[in-house]
Amino acid sequence: MTLSDWITNLYVFVLASFLGLELIRNVSRLLHTPLMSLTNAISSISLVGSLALTGEGEKTWVIVLGTIAIIASSINAVGGFLITDRILKMFRKSK
Amino acid sequence: MENIIQFVYIASAALFILSLKWMSEIKTSRWGNWAGTAGMALAIVATLLKPEIHGYLWIAIGIVIGASIGTPMAMLMPMTAVPQRTALSHAFGALAAGIVGSTEYFLHGTNLSMPQLIVLCIEVLLGFLTFTGSLLAFGKLQEIIPTRPILYPGRNLVSLSVFAFSLFLIAYLVIKGGSHPFLFGLIVCLSLLFGILLVLPIGGADMPTVISILNAYAGLSSSFMGFLLNNKLLIIAGALDGSSGLILSIQMCKAMNRSFTNVLFGGVGQVLEVADPSRDGKIVKSLSPKEASILFEAAKKVVIVPGYGMAAAQAQHVVKELTDVLENRNIEVKFAIHPVAGRMPGHMNVLLAEADVPYDKLVEMEEINPLFPETDIVLVVGANDITNPAARKNPGSPLYGMPILDVDKAKQILFIKRSMSTGFAGIDNDLFYSPKTIMLFGDAKKVLNELLISINSN
Repeated sequence: MTLSDWITNLYVFVLASFLGLELIRNVSRLLHTPLMSLTNAISSISLVGSLALTGEGEKTWVIVLGTIAIIASSINAVGGFLITDRILKMFRKSK
Repeated sequence: MENIIQFVYIASAALFILSLKWMSEIKTSRWGNWAGTAGMALAIVATLLKPEIHGYLWIAIGIVIGASIGTPMAMLMPMTAVPQRTALSHAFGALAAGIVGSTEYFLHGTNLSMPQLIVLCIEVLLGFLTFTGSLLAFGKLQEIIPTRPILYPGRNLVSLSVFAFSLFLIAYLVIKGGSHPFLFGLIVCLSLLFGILLVLPIGGADMPTVISILNAYAGLSSSFMGFLLNNKLLIIAGALDGSSGLILSIQMCKAMNRSFTNVLFGGVGQVLEVADPSRDGKIVKSLSPKEASILFEAAKKVVIVPGYGMAAAQAQHVVKELTDVLENRNIEVKFAIHPVAGRMPGHMNVLLAEADVPYDKLVEMEEINPLFPETDIVLVVGANDITNPAARKNPGSPLYGMPILDVDKAKQILFIKRSMSTGFAGIDNDLFYSPKTIMLFGDAKKVLNELLISINSN
């Protein structure tokens, strides 16, 4: 990785952080729990790292650790998105 | 191929951003969740397209096992257990980040540049401390371990030393370069230990803040993984998650009048000295639910204040039935929601939604507080600290300055509580001794049921 890669990545990080702050600031308090289970699911983006590790793995120990990481982050992803939908389905306005 | 993958990653990042945007309103919130799911699916597909990936069998096995554990965890958990599930899920996500970082170190540690080593170490530190911290939070929420803060003398010094020592080791590792498997293992152990030290002294009442802050740590860990792998999608998704956790924990701190640095260093939720000689001689009025039900005959406006006692007793459905009965008698019923009621930000909203209470009846603290003086009856269901007027009136109280629901200004207060014991903050509630307050002792579900039956037969 070159220095300019690092600088670009840092730009991306700073911009995404501020974007995140702006987006979340407007979320109604009503939705804080589903918001948290949603962002919890999104944090399982680390699945991408686990996939690369396992998929490229030549050595057995790397594949074993990679598979454990895949299991852990897919529990996080699947569980997070499913429960968020389950919660959101319950919110109803009075007739 | 590489270009196609990058374009899919960009689409995935855009979907995550849309997902958070749509999540800000009830109307679009389900779209928000679907956008997030689609974003994740795209990210997985794009990664699998990489030419260097060939071990599909183990990937498939991992995803199938993960999905078959995650699905029942999401579908079968009662809504009262949502905070536990979220904590556990954080633990899993953080574990994955920790494992990926560690494996990268043992594979390529000697070839990594100095900045790569720095981000790798931070990713591993955050990953593993979030792992044990979240597991501990799960244990506390599930009441496997005591929810009371666990304190020992000099704990701040111990935590800070562990943290400082791991930073020192990271600095050494980065400056020296090369392979130091033993030192790296030590960093992993210290991170695991630090996570435990961080959450151990935190009590049940501070759980909403803790869960938010762990969310932020888990996100930042993914983001640093993105720096390591030079993957902008990871950086973006992690940063979005990190800032969301950060904002929510700041909001929770404000709602409890705590300083944010306090939470960052894990010093929240200390047991406060319970010295209350004034309690003796004060009179507490208590009635049976049957006797109290008569009060509702003259009421026009009722506000219900749900607290953790309602969640613990799974009483939200009875609360809804009571609401229906009162509304059939032309009594106006509203719910007053304190931001930190329950064990997770917004937890009460979810529990009431589960019981089919329409969300437009749930009123936030700022809007409901001016309405209390004209409220005939406030029914507090197992909420203590968030209604304690000492927060407003008594500068000596540990709660002083915390924004509360001004329940004491209502004409009549009915307080459902199991006993006279103190709340999570460990202090007595002045409200119990107010001449306007009537205590209804017992399990929230049982008391509400009796109240319901009596009102119906009146």
